[in-house]
Amino acid sequence: MKLLGERGVQRLLAGIAFSAISALLLIALFIIKEGLPFIIGYGPAKFLLASDWNPQLGRFGIWPMIVASVWVTLGAMLVGAPLGVACAAYLTEFVPRRVMGVVKPTIELLAGIPSVVYGFIGVMVLAPLIRSSLGGPGLSVLAGAAILGVMILPTIISISIDSIQAVPNSYREGSLALGATRWQTTYMVTIPAAKSGIIASIILGMGRAIGETMAVIMVAGNAVKIPGSPLDSVRTLTANIALEMGYATGRHREALFATGVVLLVIIMILNSLAGMAIRKRAAKR
Amino acid sequence: MRIPPKHTQRAAVLVMGLATLFTLAILVFIILFVLEKGLPVVSLKFLFTNPQDMGKSGGILPTLVGTILLTLVAVAIATPLGVGTAIYLTEYTRESRITRIIRFGADCLAGIPSIIFGLFGFIFFVTILKMGWSIMSGGLTLAFMILPTIIRTAEEAIKAVPNSYREVSFSLGATRWETVQKVVLPSALPGIVTGIMLGVGRSIGETAAVIFTAGSSLRMPASLMDSARTMSVHFYILAREGISTENAYGTAAILVITILFINLTAYSLMNRFVAKNN
Repeated sequence: MKLLGERGVQRLLAGIAFSAISALLLIALFIIKEGLPFIIGYGPAKFLLASDWNPQLGRFGIWPMIVASVWVTLGAMLVGAPLGVACAAYLTEFVPRRVMGVVKPTIELLAGIPSVVYGFIGVMVLAPLIRSSLGGPGLSVLAGAAILGVMILPTIISISIDSIQAVPNSYREGSLALGATRWQTTYMVTIPAAKSGIIASIILGMGRAIGETMAVIMVAGNAVKIPGSPLDSVRTLTANIALEMGYATGRHREALFATGVVLLVIIMILNSLAGMAIRKRAAKR
Repeated sequence: MRIPPKHTQRAAVLVMGLATLFTLAILVFIILFVLEKGLPVVSLKFLFTNPQDMGKSGGILPTLVGTILLTLVAVAIATPLGVGTAIYLTEYTRESRITRIIRFGADCLAGIPSIIFGLFGFIFFVTILKMGWSIMSGGLTLAFMILPTIIRTAEEAIKAVPNSYREVSFSLGATRWETVQKVVLPSALPGIVTGIMLGVGRSIGETAAVIFTAGSSLRMPASLMDSARTMSVHFYILAREGISTENAYGTAAILVITILFINLTAYSLMNRFVAKNN
């Protein structure tokens, strides 16, 4: 570093600082370069809205996968969002700080468990349970939604806790001084004040759910069809890519990259929404 | 009829408490379930012998080596980039449009699903750069993936170093880089290591991004340009293709123990670091 001198070091660091954004651009560029020509050539409407996926016959309609991803993700939100926000509110408002100091990192450990392990638990425990109690094949929208709902809990809980903690104490004191109970304060003052952060946490959780691959492949069953009930087997966008990438060639492979483009666009939209919610919170203070 | 607020409060606290308990119960269940089924399979022999018959019997030695090498490559590349970015953001520049762009890039990168990293690594490293399915391709792909984690944790750690440290160093005549090198980085080190360890944990557990970049060869890798199968990929293949449930549980147990150990160490390092700085 001596060789570079102060100015040199500064320039080097400035260059390095662009690594993340360059990586992002590189990824977007190559996925789009591989996928977009296919979407245009095949026809965007036919690609997105046709329901027949049959690579051998040259048919590449991903509508069933889009519907499946939406179902599984919304299901995951139904499980994860209420559970996660309830957890976060309880831990910040109703429990001594010290308990939270232990419980929060423990829950964050949930995030470290590999997605294949979640998937495996889904296959070994959850799917048989669904099969025997509710019928159907077990590997289903419901199983996928339940597993993903649990997987996004750490994201939702930890960001929600941060935003609820960021609410100034004077808000709570004002409400308590007016004679409100702790719970009334929580749901009428604290949670509304932390709303944008909580929404951001839910959107980020949604992004994680829609992008999750291995767990969903293992538990959702992977049948290419539009689900009629939560007990049906489905294949999500991510599962479609991962299942066929191993052997796909030519147009088939291009179609999988095109699926990747769709996924990337959805994720980018969700991330921008979450970013907007977070900035709104920052602007308010 | 009006329910007294005291009662609603009691009901709400009960519901939220149960939700929290349920979340913790799931965590405990997952860990205990995997350990209970997997630990009986795990032994030194399981760890250090080659798999037989596609993994139906025998151990997991090559996947252990593959996982370690892949993680090392990822960390070796992502650490200088991530820490460098963090130093630049905190020490060399003020908040501006450029820092916002850099942070935006890191945040977006953090949100990209692993399967997209896999697709990218496959087309860029494996195909265009002709590295083939190799530890190198996989490690580079993972490096991109863990970069945001390392940037964010390193930035937090560097920000937590009290300004008085820097002022003393400057007043002694040290330059900015000397201050960074000899004062800021040493005191931010535990925080930086936390970020790296979280990255290691993610690398070990990753499957979708690895399977299309490092491949799934079960042979012992001889160089970084060889294909390798990581423990996660091995576990996925054993479980999904129904090769051996028993060995799948064994591999899962090792995965979970390793990752929990790494993440726990990372958190406790961070806690000690935060306690010291307050």
